[in-house]
Amino acid sequence: MDKKMKRYPIGHVVGFLSSLLLTFVAAGIALRTSLSFHTIMLLIGGLALVQAALQLFMFMHVNEGEDRKTQVINIAYGLIVAVIIVAGSIWVMSFGHHH
Amino acid sequence: MSANVNTSLPLEYQTEQSRMNILGFWIFLGAEIVLFATLFGVYGVLYERYAGGPTHQDIIMMREVMIQTILLLTSSFTCGLAIFEMRRNNLKGLITWLIITLLLGVGFLFMEVNEFLHYIHEGATMQTSAFLSSFFVLLGTHGLHVTVGIGWAILIIIQLLQRGLTPVTARKTFIIGLYWHFLDVVWIFIFTFVYLKGMVA
Repeated sequence: MDKKMKRYPIGHVVGFLSSLLLTFVAAGIALRTSLSFHTIMLLIGGLALVQAALQLFMFMHVNEGEDRKTQVINIAYGLIVAVIIVAGSIWVMSFGHHH
Repeated sequence: MSANVNTSLPLEYQTEQSRMNILGFWIFLGAEIVLFATLFGVYGVLYERYAGGPTHQDIIMMREVMIQTILLLTSSFTCGLAIFEMRRNNLKGLITWLIITLLLGVGFLFMEVNEFLHYIHEGATMQTSAFLSSFFVLLGTHGLHVTVGIGWAILIIIQLLQRGLTPVTARKTFIIGLYWHFLDVVWIFIFTFVYLKGMVA
C-alpha cells in the first residue's frame, strides 16, 4: 500500500488514457476493418478484458489492503462463474438440442 | 469499533470495522459480476432472435453510444481522482471531483434514457423480440445501477459536508468509489459485446 502523499495522480492519468485508447482501438477494429467476425470478436474481447483488468488494478486497487488475497480470489472466482454462465448458456442453447 | 485502530493505514482502512466493510463490499461485487453474467448469458443466447423486428444495425446509434462510453470512462477517472484527493486529506478536492463524477454520470444517464426513448419511438420495445427483451433487461439493469449510484453518492456528499473526513465517512466514500468503477467495468463489456458486436454481425 502506498503511504506516501503523491502530488500528481500519475497512475490514474495513465489508466484513463489507456482506457480511452483501448476503447477507440476496439471501436476502430469493429467498425472500420473488414476482418472476419470471429477475428474481430477475439480481438475486441481481448481488449475488453485488458481494460477491465486496468480498472480493477489501477482504479479499484483490488490487490491492496490487508485482505488483498481474499479480494483477488473472490473477484477471480466471480469471473470464473461468469464465464461458465455465459459460455455454458450459449453452448447449451445453441448446440444442446441437436442431441 | 475503536479496537484495532491502525493509524499508519489510509483513513478508510484504519478500523477493523472499516476493513471488514470494504472486504464485504468486494464480496458483494463478486455477486454483482454473477448477476450481470446471467444477463449477458441471456443476451448471448437471444441476440439474433429478431422475430422480424429491427436488428442491431437498424437501431443502434453508434455516435451516441461512443459519447456515453466516454462520459462513463471519464467519470470513472474523476472518481479515482476523488479518492486520490481523499488520501491527501483534501476534503474540498474530494467533494469537487465527486460532484464532477456525478455530473458525468447524470449526463450518461440522460443520454441512455434518450437512446431508449428513440428505440421505442422506432418501434423497438421490450415486447418486440427476444433480442430487444434481453437487450433492454441487460442495459436497464446497468442503467438502474448507475441511477442508484448517483443517489447514493449524493447522500455520501451530504455526509462529507456535515461530518468532514473521518474514518467512517472515508470508508463510505471509498466503497461508493469501488461501486462506481465497477459500473464502468460492466459498461466495457456492454460496449464490446452488445454494441460493437451488434454492429459487426
